[in-house]
Amino acid sequence: MALTGIEIFKLLPKTNCKDCGEPTCLAFAMKLATGKAELSACPHVSEESKAKLTEASAPPIIPVTIGVGDRVLKIGGETVMFRHEKRFENPPGLAILISDGLDDAEIDARLKRFNDLQYERIGLLLRPDLVAVKAGGDAARFKAVVTKVKEKSSGGIILMSDNPEVMAAGLAACADRKPLLYAATEANQDKMAALAKENSCPLAVKADSVEKLAELTTKLTEAGIKELVIDSGARALRQAFEDQVIIRSAALAKKFRPLGFPTIVFPAEMTDDPMKEAVIASMFVAKYGGIIVLSDFQGESLFPLLVERLNVYTDPQRPLATKEGIYEIGKPNDSSPVLITSNFSLTYFIVSGEVETSKIPSYLLVKDTEGLSVMTAWAAGKFVADAIAPFVKKCGIADMVKHHKLVIPGYAAAESGGLEEELPGWEIQVGPRDGSNIPAYLKSWHP
Amino acid sequence: MAFEVPKTAYSGKIKEIKLGSGDKAVTVGGESCYPFYLFEGEMSHSPRIAMEVWDMPPQDWAPAALEPFQGVTDDPVAWAKKCIDDYGAEMICLQLISTDPNGLDRSADEATAVVKKVADAINVPLIVWGTANHDKDTEVLRQIAEVCQGKDLIMGPVEEGDHKKIGAAAIGYHHTVISSTPIDINLAKQLNILLGNLGVADEMIIVDPTVSCIGYGIEYCYSVMERMRMAGLTQQDEKLQFPLICNISKEVWKTKEVHIPTAEDPKLGDAKKRGILLEAMSTMVLLLAGGDVMVMRHPEAIKLVREMITELTAAS
Repeated sequence: MALTGIEIFKLLPKTNCKDCGEPTCLAFAMKLATGKAELSACPHVSEESKAKLTEASAPPIIPVTIGVGDRVLKIGGETVMFRHEKRFENPPGLAILISDGLDDAEIDARLKRFNDLQYERIGLLLRPDLVAVKAGGDAARFKAVVTKVKEKSSGGIILMSDNPEVMAAGLAACADRKPLLYAATEANQDKMAALAKENSCPLAVKADSVEKLAELTTKLTEAGIKELVIDSGARALRQAFEDQVIIRSAALAKKFRPLGFPTIVFPAEMTDDPMKEAVIASMFVAKYGGIIVLSDFQGESLFPLLVERLNVYTDPQRPLATKEGIYEIGKPNDSSPVLITSNFSLTYFIVSGEVETSKIPSYLLVKDTEGLSVMTAWAAGKFVADAIAPFVKKCGIADMVKHHKLVIPGYAAAESGGLEEELPGWEIQVGPRDGSNIPAYLKSWHP
Repeated sequence: MAFEVPKTAYSGKIKEIKLGSGDKAVTVGGESCYPFYLFEGEMSHSPRIAMEVWDMPPQDWAPAALEPFQGVTDDPVAWAKKCIDDYGAEMICLQLISTDPNGLDRSADEATAVVKKVADAINVPLIVWGTANHDKDTEVLRQIAEVCQGKDLIMGPVEEGDHKKIGAAAIGYHHTVISSTPIDINLAKQLNILLGNLGVADEMIIVDPTVSCIGYGIEYCYSVMERMRMAGLTQQDEKLQFPLICNISKEVWKTKEVHIPTAEDPKLGDAKKRGILLEAMSTMVLLLAGGDVMVMRHPEAIKLVREMITELTAAS
């Protein structure tokens, strides 16, 4: 648990020298407690205190980064069991498995899928994160495949081998990309630890139970490896699920450091049915997977997983918002209906989906309401005539349609009078309250 | 290494309720731990799946969703029987789509006749789901309650605005009510209290938190359901200890994403598999949040979810 300001103060020199930029040691301690200052700003703190403070301030689940540049993946760093308690911090990395025993054409096809399967949603780019290259046993082949993966994709890399020599060969091809080494086991831990250390790479640890996992991570931590990713070895669904929960709660509720690391899970090794594999992966997205390794990527399963991940990792205190503007649905022309709604992304998805269902090409104006839904935004004064009218004028819709009729949501009906005053020449029409009635409404709409 | 598995301190239990009657009756609830946290407690009854049947031929279903029900979508009785005989449905959820005043607006008489026919033809529990229009649901569900006395239906959505009239009919003719509120834990609790005050027995209430699917705000109902379970299991909140029903497939299959043909956007993969997975994965997520009865549509999605439930509750 994090220390309080007073507890931190006791470990400081208490000289009030101001070298840290704060007027007193107590003020500095208070800032440290709230994360607004760094301990390194104090040049006089003793080594002993430093060790204690670093230990106490370390996050209960260590954040781990894999990869470099704009494809760097950060996992771990979680602080809660349930997203409503605060939020989930770092979405799990989705990895595609490429075994070096596959023929080159298949490897190329998988890399192409890895690169191509990206999706835009509410202005965000949704894409998978990692390529897991699995060694068969031949070091030269492994190295060749890793080289190809590195050349053909910019994603993060997981090197999979329990043979340190083979691992070293793969690592030689991509150490500059900061791959995750999978995995250190009881049998190979010293050599794997050495490889991870020499190359400053994160190291995955695999054992056949949570207890043995804790023993291994303790040894590796003592050996100086900080960035670990853990695999409890369970491949049966129930055990794999329970291990995820146990690991997370041991780290958070018990502050049990040996399990305070992000996890790696393998739906790829839990079933031969790609459909079931996807459902298993969806379970791990919600329940605590750090990296989720899939046997392959196909749009029909990857897309839902990426959207689920986006949903589950949305900050409950900050709803996703859509960009303000004019959205064309279908191919609207100058006599198509014009509707307006708020920019809460869920509102946008529902309204645009219903407009699409109606098959009536339309213009949808999305007004920035700071991510609030229509009713809430209306109540908060962000979706009222004074706010809507300037946007309608400015957005340029008047030049795009011959008629000047604007459909407002039923819940904002009270604004129709005000809007007609603020928007001379426009006829304000009150649409349905519920999105599901939009198709019927639009079908009977005439310019 | 000495390692003690951390355990949640539970102080409550989800109520057990029996749905339907006879030897095909289904009991749900009874959990003494968070969903599938079987190292901490028990799920005395596994979550169940009810198969969705419409009271009118669907106009806008994706081809993948229609395919398994070809030839029966114009006959709710045949449709329900197919679900039971061919797909092993343990429950049927008859969605009264045709009664929607903004749609076909079929009368209470017509709706009641359909429900009665289906109820007479099957012996698994029958859920009857209206359109959430208070006036219409009141009229339709009250009549159904009376005519289907003895069938022990599960009927809803019962909302604050119509809970008295529908609730009274449910009490009078012994049907379970679906206590339905819009994604809000406080409103849910409030309605459960109101239903209790009205005289609806605890074992005659199942709660509908209002659900949505992946891509359409599933995170909201996910968190509301988790909070309900937390309140019921760890904070002794008796009015939040009811089993949860999730009418999810209707939400999944109306989205844009299940309607896009494979050829139109190849990056979204195979349209049929995409629809099945969106349904199965959305259901999986809601099961993890505490769903007890899941209303589902596609037999392959159901098969996937059944396997997940079986394996998650397998003896360890």
